[in-house]
Amino acid sequence: MHKIKRTFIYSILSIFAIISIFPFIWMIVSATNKSVDVTKGRLLPGTHLVENFQNLLNTVDLVPALVNSAIITMATTVLSLIIASLAGYGFEIYRSKAKDVVFTILLVSMMIPFAALMIPLFRMFGTISQIAPGIGIDTLTSAMLPSITTAFLIFFFRQNTKMFPRELLEAGRIDGLTELGVFFRIFVPTMKTTYAAAAIITFMASWNNYLWPLVVLQSPENHTIPLLISNLGSSSSPDFGIIMTTIVIATLPTALIFFLLQRHFVAGMMGSVK
Amino acid sequence: MLQAATKQTIQQKPRKSNNKLRIKNGLIGWSFITIATLMIGLFYFYPMAQALILSFQSGAGSNLQFVGFDNYIRLFTDPTFIAAVKNTVTYLIIQVPIMIILALLISVLLNDKKLKLKGFFRTAIFLPCITSLVAYSVVFKYLFGSDGIINQMLINFSLISEPIQWLTDPFWAKVTIIIAITWRWTGYNMIFYLSALQNVDNSIYEAAKIDGANAFQQFFKITIPMLKPIILFTSITSTIGTLQLFDEVMNITKGGPGNATLTISQYIYNLSFKYTPDFGYAATVSYAIVIMIVIFSIIQFKVAGDKNA
Repeated sequence: MHKIKRTFIYSILSIFAIISIFPFIWMIVSATNKSVDVTKGRLLPGTHLVENFQNLLNTVDLVPALVNSAIITMATTVLSLIIASLAGYGFEIYRSKAKDVVFTILLVSMMIPFAALMIPLFRMFGTISQIAPGIGIDTLTSAMLPSITTAFLIFFFRQNTKMFPRELLEAGRIDGLTELGVFFRIFVPTMKTTYAAAAIITFMASWNNYLWPLVVLQSPENHTIPLLISNLGSSSSPDFGIIMTTIVIATLPTALIFFLLQRHFVAGMMGSVK
Repeated sequence: MLQAATKQTIQQKPRKSNNKLRIKNGLIGWSFITIATLMIGLFYFYPMAQALILSFQSGAGSNLQFVGFDNYIRLFTDPTFIAAVKNTVTYLIIQVPIMIILALLISVLLNDKKLKLKGFFRTAIFLPCITSLVAYSVVFKYLFGSDGIINQMLINFSLISEPIQWLTDPFWAKVTIIIAITWRWTGYNMIFYLSALQNVDNSIYEAAKIDGANAFQQFFKITIPMLKPIILFTSITSTIGTLQLFDEVMNITKGGPGNATLTISQYIYNLSFKYTPDFGYAATVSYAIVIMIVIFSIIQFKVAGDKNA
């Protein structure tokens, strides 16, 4: 009886594990095969990875898209972390009734669907274009600006600030540090793991962001990786080898982060329910 | 008199500097939160107010005129909008419960202390979460193509004789979208349940076993009630996510066949950037999502609250 139960549990978990992994295997295997073989349903690794990669570089603007995505993701992550951690720290350390009200209002923004913001934001950046074309429609700055500050990240930093030992603040003040000095010299170095988790959440969201860049980045030279993949995917005569190689390359950064920093990864995800 | 005067000044001085310090501290506190508050105001609340104003206007491009409640009345007679709402609610009602039950089931199985290969199973089932929505959607589009690998495998195992039109049949296209979203998010929800289960005291289960409760009774009478707050949290986040569904539908079916898989977000996108832009009406449709999010969140809170009593 017990053995039957065990076998049952293992087979159910195995089925779920196989379903979860299968698309990855297919994606990786397909990246090493010719497009014709992918269509035929070949599930064995092939020898065409290098060829697919060369075709990819020759026919698709992969490098510019990677550069654009990298610029947007890096800048968004750095700015998000600074702005959100300053705010989360401010709301918790300098707590007051008025600030708590502001905080609650900020939290409401988490319920606002992006689809409702998209049109006014597009019009807003249209107006900005006429004054300052450098940050208006179809610039990398416009693609990142709306997503730099999220209430979620402020909330995340505030929750984690609760666990920050206040004695350290007093010690810093006694040593003659300014309030901002205390934040940068004491809080930031102490909260490294919180920053790591926050960086991962922001990196993932920014690297994978699709709808707003789709709306605002019109010229192909400004396209990011998700836009590139989406365009390749809607092509009428798709080359599966090339597409899957692109997708594998696009997934590598997030996969690397996941496997190297699994603990922070999960901590970041769970941050919202602490 | 002199003595009295000095006393007064001595008593007053520290109070004054205390006040100054308090104001200064207050200002410092506010300055920490200024940038974030301004940014959220500028990129969330200001556009939200703009969308409300827009929703009472109509016209092509930037040539907008106030039309009162016309847009809101139009919603109820617009077949595409009604189709988009029906599709979105279908995804929501079918997909969210399936995913939550699967995630609960997996996490309960994984919570077994004697289980071997636990780390492997957990990582494998969580893995879909590392993919970008666009990337996995494109992969699923090809997996489920009419001559795709899924049909080939089903035919090889003799489960079907004719290929299923996963992407071009109105019914199967919805099924494909639901399978895709479930694949991507089940592991994500599982992680929340797993960590909540680790906080459940094992002695409760031991006691239940002694009382003769079977696995099902343990699941429904202990596990579900203990995890209720986290189940509520995940069902609200999943609901908000599903109501905003865009990337998957855009990249797997483009909303087709016909409008069989079209979502509200995608309809807003089409109204603004694909057809002749009608920003006013698109803003009205976007407020429909806002209202739906509010309604569904209230329902979920109520349902969870009633069980509590």
